[in-house]
Amino acid sequence: MVTVENLIKDYGAIRAVDGVSFKVNKGDILGFLGPNGAGKSTTMKVISGYLAPTSGTASVDGFDVQEHPLEVKKRIGYLPESNAAYPEMTVLEFLTYVAEARGYRSKEDINDRLADVIVKCHLKKVQNQSIETLSKGYRQRVGVAQAILHDPPVLILDEPTDGLDPNQKHEVRKLISNMAQDKAIVLSTHILEEVEALCNRVIIIDQGKKVIDETPEELKARDPKLKMDEIFRELTNRNVYV
Amino acid sequence: MNQVCPVFKKEFFGYFRSPVGYVILAVFIMLLTGLAFFTGFYESNTANLDTLWNFLPWIFMVFIPATGMRLWAEEKRSGSIELLFTLPISITSAVVGKFLAAWLFISLGIVLTFPMAITTGYLGNPDWGIIMAGYFGSVLMAGSYLAISSVCSAMTQNQVISFVLSVLICFAVTLMGSDILLSILGGLPSGLLDFIGNFSFYIHFQTITRGLIEMSALSFFGLLTIASLAINIVILKRQS
Repeated sequence: MVTVENLIKDYGAIRAVDGVSFKVNKGDILGFLGPNGAGKSTTMKVISGYLAPTSGTASVDGFDVQEHPLEVKKRIGYLPESNAAYPEMTVLEFLTYVAEARGYRSKEDINDRLADVIVKCHLKKVQNQSIETLSKGYRQRVGVAQAILHDPPVLILDEPTDGLDPNQKHEVRKLISNMAQDKAIVLSTHILEEVEALCNRVIIIDQGKKVIDETPEELKARDPKLKMDEIFRELTNRNVYV
Repeated sequence: MNQVCPVFKKEFFGYFRSPVGYVILAVFIMLLTGLAFFTGFYESNTANLDTLWNFLPWIFMVFIPATGMRLWAEEKRSGSIELLFTLPISITSAVVGKFLAAWLFISLGIVLTFPMAITTGYLGNPDWGIIMAGYFGSVLMAGSYLAISSVCSAMTQNQVISFVLSVLICFAVTLMGSDILLSILGGLPSGLLDFIGNFSFYIHFQTITRGLIEMSALSFFGLLTIASLAINIVILKRQS
């Protein structure tokens, strides 16, 4: 569903993503790992059509992001890392705006979609509150709600459980794995246990380059004596003290 | 293009979700009608709105950048632009939607000066065609000021810089062809002065408020607005 080939993205003189390639199929939950600044978010921004790649391609469902941006955007639900919404809007107003922007026009359709995500993301209690008054956990759930609102075949979630308490993390993970069967999901995270619990594939990138692409089990099997985050450190720590 | 509507709705009602929109409208109307009253609305003894229109370009110069400064700068600062441009909305639709919303907001401010027109009608016997032409010209000119402000807003993520920049540009285009500038540039050949005057908002607006809806004024404001919005789209495209 998602194909990334030889993706390179430069910010001025800095190369943020350096020749990353991978494929995500229906049913996959791909965990995107890497230290801060490794190029995770940049890769996700290119796939979602927000940034243009310097070279290389990204395509969704056969549509190239550069050539058919709107077709790609229709098929993707995207949770940005900044997760910025419009602070003065209430949750309902915001989700209605997203639904309209997603092409739902009739009142029934919009209410139908809203009711669905409000239940799924447990937003009933705060639906009439303005977003600026929400706690970080609720804001994050509003972000997830707008991403899954149109039931997209592809989900790109940049740190979906960031800022949530353990119970909420559990809820969001449950939500994601329930949707996984008929979707292709890419999520980035810093929490290695999340990858173990949720993903069937792991990609680690470091300094813009893909370091590994395998299953969580294979990653663990690299050195059975070590814990997962120790393996992660070994793979990505090489250049820290240079 | 049917994606203009959601952006337009979100943006237009956004002005009324915080007190800012109400404050801007109130200050605009008080300033404009106040200035008209104190500079001879009654004393002139003529049944028209010339005293109102006289100050309009100078008030627009500040009021419209204040309305337009948030259009893009705010989205960029908060990061919500990332959400906007990952929704299936083209840059063109977003630019047009935001522009139309702010334009309607400003037009609302202009229309709310209607008590002045009613007062004129009560006290005298004005030519309603000329008064309507004045309102039409105001809305048209507002579009051009706003398109300039929108470009400035797209260039930065700082609303203050966006505001100052667009006030400067709006000041320049208003001043061109005004008596003040002409007297300073008195030594230049008159052909050149006429040429400069062709770019003046003030002069084109004055023609319309006299009841002459000329092709030159219509195309001046119309083309300037469209050209600015096109620049706006190019700037946003280059930033992605």
